[in-house]
Amino acid sequence: MNCITLKDVSYKYPYTEDFVLANINYQFEKGKFYGIIGPNGSGKTTFCNLLRGMIPHFFHGDLSGDVLIEGQDVRDWNSDLLSTKIGYIFQNPFTQISGIKETVFEEIALGLENLGVEKEELIERVVEVVKLLKLEKLIKKNPNNLSGGQKQRVAFASIIAMNSDILVIDEPTSQLDPESTDEIFKIINLLKEQGKTIFLVEHKIDLIAEYADEVIVLNQGQIARSGLTADVLSDLSLLQMGVTLPQATLLSYDLQKIDKAIDTISITKSQVKDQIMKRVGV
Amino acid sequence: MEAIELKNVTFAYPDGHVANEELNLVIRKGERVAIVGQNGAGKTTAVKLMNGLNKPTSGDVLVNGINTKNQTTAQISAYVGYVFQNPDDQIFNSNVQKEIEYMLHYLKLDQQEIERRVSRAVELTGIEGYLHMNPFDVPYSIRRFVTIAMVLALETPYIILDEPTAGQDLIGIKTLSNLLDRLQEEGKSVITITHDMEFVADNFTRVVTMANKRIISDDSARNTFWSKEIITEARIKKPQIGEVAEELGLKGNIIFRHELVELLKKY
Repeated sequence: MNCITLKDVSYKYPYTEDFVLANINYQFEKGKFYGIIGPNGSGKTTFCNLLRGMIPHFFHGDLSGDVLIEGQDVRDWNSDLLSTKIGYIFQNPFTQISGIKETVFEEIALGLENLGVEKEELIERVVEVVKLLKLEKLIKKNPNNLSGGQKQRVAFASIIAMNSDILVIDEPTSQLDPESTDEIFKIINLLKEQGKTIFLVEHKIDLIAEYADEVIVLNQGQIARSGLTADVLSDLSLLQMGVTLPQATLLSYDLQKIDKAIDTISITKSQVKDQIMKRVGV
Repeated sequence: MEAIELKNVTFAYPDGHVANEELNLVIRKGERVAIVGQNGAGKTTAVKLMNGLNKPTSGDVLVNGINTKNQTTAQISAYVGYVFQNPDDQIFNSNVQKEIEYMLHYLKLDQQEIERRVSRAVELTGIEGYLHMNPFDVPYSIRRFVTIAMVLALETPYIILDEPTAGQDLIGIKTLSNLLDRLQEEGKSVITITHDMEFVADNFTRVVTMANKRIISDDSARNTFWSKEIITEARIKKPQIGEVAEELGLKGNIIFRHELVELLKKY
């Protein structure tokens, strides 16, 4: 089933001359994990705003083409309903923290509170998310005093607590250390396994290679490449666009140069390791 | 001595929470140092001690021999420039050019010197195309380069970059890498906090690792990434190539792709 369909979509922000997104066509299926990559300034954050209905509900500008969310035109959706249907995690964690709550627990509960969720259920859901994200030690702290990485995890928790069907996540790990980054990806994958549809903007390409079902490459506001992760991330021409390829992919190409028998290109660590073991006989 | 020296430095917040314990570190003129470690390990509080934003609770911080205890942050910041983790903490002017010039006017430099400094900072950070924009309209990843340019324009002998790699694409990473090379050629010291282990391997020979408020290691990138103790205690990771080499049981403490390929050619 299609979750979001984009037909010939173009968009420009109010008072600007150039289109930020142009001629976008794609059918996103329910329950899949989509990686969205591209150089900075290619339109990734605008693409997120489009997917979550902020365009046209908050950003007016010129939107042409059709954006269908669960089959219904985005313009016909009630914007409050849409914001509970689609959860959004900001790129900059410093922006996401409300600044008005004095404990992490209350911060995580804020969204649910606004939805009018009953107190008992609210507490239950916050406790669940705190456990999932291992935030037990932080719950009594003031969110404004947390480190960048901690804020990012709290911001993540606030959105997971909302239990939306679709999650649009803009660089959730930019401030995180490698271990917390791995944890966040495992949690995102868990959410996918629970049936949620995931849109993830991320520069950490090794992890996109590991987890995404499909990858969309944006370049200058257009979809430059798209399709199965293994196909897209073995395309060397992405480098010319300023997109990083996984270390495994580059290694796999290097190996092909020294061993002509290697005919497939790996994109993940475990694949390239198997490839080395098989062909080179380590 | 031309160096930043931390001598037995402990730092606690006014509420008593201890963020750094017994830090000992010397960063000499012209050195390039990466600081790595888990979120909350005390990396940012440690670098804030170096530019006088934080003053030690005990121990001493010397910048070119001057004890920061007796100086204002403004006095120390003439020696040590600090680029914040969050660019929005550092931005308040209405356009990028004004933002970069602001401190230079405050320092009462003449117009010719201001122009020279701004054009150098702009060239090093590649933000030519954004000078007349409102800093808040500039994409987040570029906004980080705006704050870097602001600090570069001060031409301090020491520069601290707090997670400059966060959210950068291939071009941003290359710009940072070139910037580090240029600053080293000019004899500047650069201290960089980052979680990007590939960036560390590619750009730094000296790596300071922090865990649980302390410095647990000060060594080469190769030794750091191949020390089981450091990796476990600081919860950092090898670059992916190093992990592949380790899982295959290969010798030679490999951290780069070309090293792995060279080795495999022999099989």
